[in-house]
Amino acid sequence: MSSAPTVPTMTGTATVALDVDRAFGFFTEFFGSWWPTDYHIGQTEMADAVLEPREGGRWYERGVDGTECDWGRVLVWEPPHRFVVTWQISGRWQYDDDPKHASEIEGPLQRRPSGGTLVELEHRHLDRLLDGEPFAPPSKKVAAVGAPSCKPSPALPRAPA
Amino acid sequence: MLARQPSSVGELADQLPITPQAVSQHLGVLRAGGLVVARPDGTRRVYRLNTQGVAALKAYFERIWDDALAAYQKAADVAADNFDHEKEPT
Repeated sequence: MSSAPTVPTMTGTATVALDVDRAFGFFTEFFGSWWPTDYHIGQTEMADAVLEPREGGRWYERGVDGTECDWGRVLVWEPPHRFVVTWQISGRWQYDDDPKHASEIEGPLQRRPSGGTLVELEHRHLDRLLDGEPFAPPSKKVAAVGAPSCKPSPALPRAPA
Repeated sequence: MLARQPSSVGELADQLPITPQAVSQHLGVLRAGGLVVARPDGTRRVYRLNTQGVAALKAYFERIWDDALAAYQKAADVAADNFDHEKEPT
């Protein structure tokens, strides 16, 4: 018996016409341009989502009011073929800073012999997101819950303490 | 093991190199997390996997990634068209 029953690893694929360099760049540096805005944790509408293109980079959303909510971190950055990021939004739909509670998403990209690029995503260690907490699926969208870990954008003036 | 067959603490401990106390403690953690459920059966408790909880979590992420990858594919194909147009002589 291991430490917890494993929630099956999620896999998903996408096939795109872009070559592998562009497919990687589009997935990562233009993340906010294609991610469905329904899936976010901030209390205001999502304006953008950013995946910082480097190891140790942040992965976060920015709300229309400038609030930033972390989603995870970049663990591996090997353009144009591989990246690994953490997804640290817990079963309660809040950002959890503890790396032990982090699930991982690995995105290998391969050039297809017939042209274009195959993206094969793997989302693993989903059981870590539960970590002893009951899973409570949001009634509609992730956004319905809100996240206390969200902070005002550093670029915005702060109210005096 | 519980995925194969719902079992009591004693039945699990018989098959494992750990004590019934350790099994019981472990099941308590899993139960608190909603990963296993227990029901009384006479004087013992039978534990089984809470497939609904695991299935719900899996289904939720399946939906997110289905939507997200479909959106990526669609947007990337639009971007690919734009690159092609850029390459065309004007």
